[in-house]
Amino acid sequence: MTNDTRSVISLRVNDATHRLCLDNRRTLLDALREDTGHTGPKKGCDHGQCGACTVLLDGRRVLSCLTLAVTAEGAEVTTVEGLAGDGELRPIQQAFVRLDGFQCGYCTSGQLCSAVGMLAEHAAGWPSAVTADLCPDGPAPALDAAEVRERMSGNLCRCGAYPSIVRAILEEAR
Amino acid sequence: MKEFAYQRASGISEALRLAAGNDDVRYLGGGTNLVDLMKAGVESPTRLVDVRFLPLDGIRQVPGGGLEIGATTTNSDLAAHPEVRRRYPALSQAVLAGASGQLRNMATVAGNLLQRTRCSYFADPSQPCNKRAPGSGCSAIAGAHHNHAVLSWSPHCVATNPSDMAVALAAFDAVVRYETLDGAGDIPLEEFYLPVGDTPERETALPPGALITAVRLPESAISPLSRYRKVRERASYAFATVSIAADLDIRDGVVRSSRIALGGVASRPWRARTAESLLLDGPATADRFRTAAEAELAAAEPLPGNAYKVTLARNLIVAVLTDLAASPY
Repeated sequence: MTNDTRSVISLRVNDATHRLCLDNRRTLLDALREDTGHTGPKKGCDHGQCGACTVLLDGRRVLSCLTLAVTAEGAEVTTVEGLAGDGELRPIQQAFVRLDGFQCGYCTSGQLCSAVGMLAEHAAGWPSAVTADLCPDGPAPALDAAEVRERMSGNLCRCGAYPSIVRAILEEAR
Repeated sequence: MKEFAYQRASGISEALRLAAGNDDVRYLGGGTNLVDLMKAGVESPTRLVDVRFLPLDGIRQVPGGGLEIGATTTNSDLAAHPEVRRRYPALSQAVLAGASGQLRNMATVAGNLLQRTRCSYFADPSQPCNKRAPGSGCSAIAGAHHNHAVLSWSPHCVATNPSDMAVALAAFDAVVRYETLDGAGDIPLEEFYLPVGDTPERETALPPGALITAVRLPESAISPLSRYRKVRERASYAFATVSIAADLDIRDGVVRSSRIALGGVASRPWRARTAESLLLDGPATADRFRTAAEAELAAAEPLPGNAYKVTLARNLIVAVLTDLAASPY
């Protein structure tokens, strides 16, 4: 292995800086799980099809399995471990617990990070594929169950906890 | 995945120099397709030149009334942009119909244009595939091809282009802008993707080493009511079986102009020029829409497993044009 194929980077995760020497092939998901000890993001499909690895990159939800770690230098990574503050779960996390937004839990960290990113997108007025009127001059699309299902379609749940996930997100959005 | 060097380009000319004269260098945008293909061993670049930090993002008005979309603009930012939603709604709808929220946050406009087919044989290095390994044969023609092309394919390859965005760009006469070490150039989207012929591995008209810098949309469209409709095998997060971007200008019940492009039917977005010319100056009726759709699809050569796409494309054209004709202006 030559030096050309490795990079020394500073990776910012949940407000902490990690100095890492990485093979350029290292995905952000593997770097988080293996190098910085953040095992919240899960490896489901490893091909960008399941959403279990979802994290926030500068506040936007992305798939860490298709992100090369070296490309994340300079960005703020937030994993599920960084969602709660001061030892207290975020309201969206509390809603998942209260309303049973999971069964086995494997997809949950991705669902939570995705939900946080999705709610920010909705608050910014972004439309979705089921938004009837795309005109930016009208009122922002209301967040109903159909909107939540469409906006969260990148997060699969093989236990089929979708009804409770949708309820938890809608409760948080209210 | 093979080892590779990684560099962030600090400027366009540096990016071009890093890629010059080396077929094994790839520009990296969002990586949503390239990184996955690298994992599969379909792509094995020796160097990635990261272009996402170049000043190529953002959407701006251009003199003459069009919009210029920077190459590294994410799909999310493109779809949410007020001017795109207001003037080119079919483009916003097309982008929103593709992939997932996470992928749209990562994917860039230029990467979207250059994404590769989702033909399962292309993605599997253990299978013959002329696009991935020229001369090895096409596994899809006699194999699983229910989601493959019905128009303008060749005995060498029957794969489709998977982009939703490119279908809307084709309907709007978009132009792809690029830079090379020898200067800049423009390619109309309709000429951007090469015919399949006997070189399915050659997909675009970009010169070697060229870097896409922007996509330019001409001054709007014929109406602010263009639309994109996508038929797929599940309600969300799936590639199109057939899709359509369309726009109609109707005055006094007569079609003054139209733009129709289809996705999922060919190796490139399929601009339906035959249908458009048949519709011109005729009454905007469902019968005429059907005649035009059938004329467009007369050239279709479906395989045993994908003949349904011809019927589906016809019905989709009729349905969307009928909806547009009934929309209040």
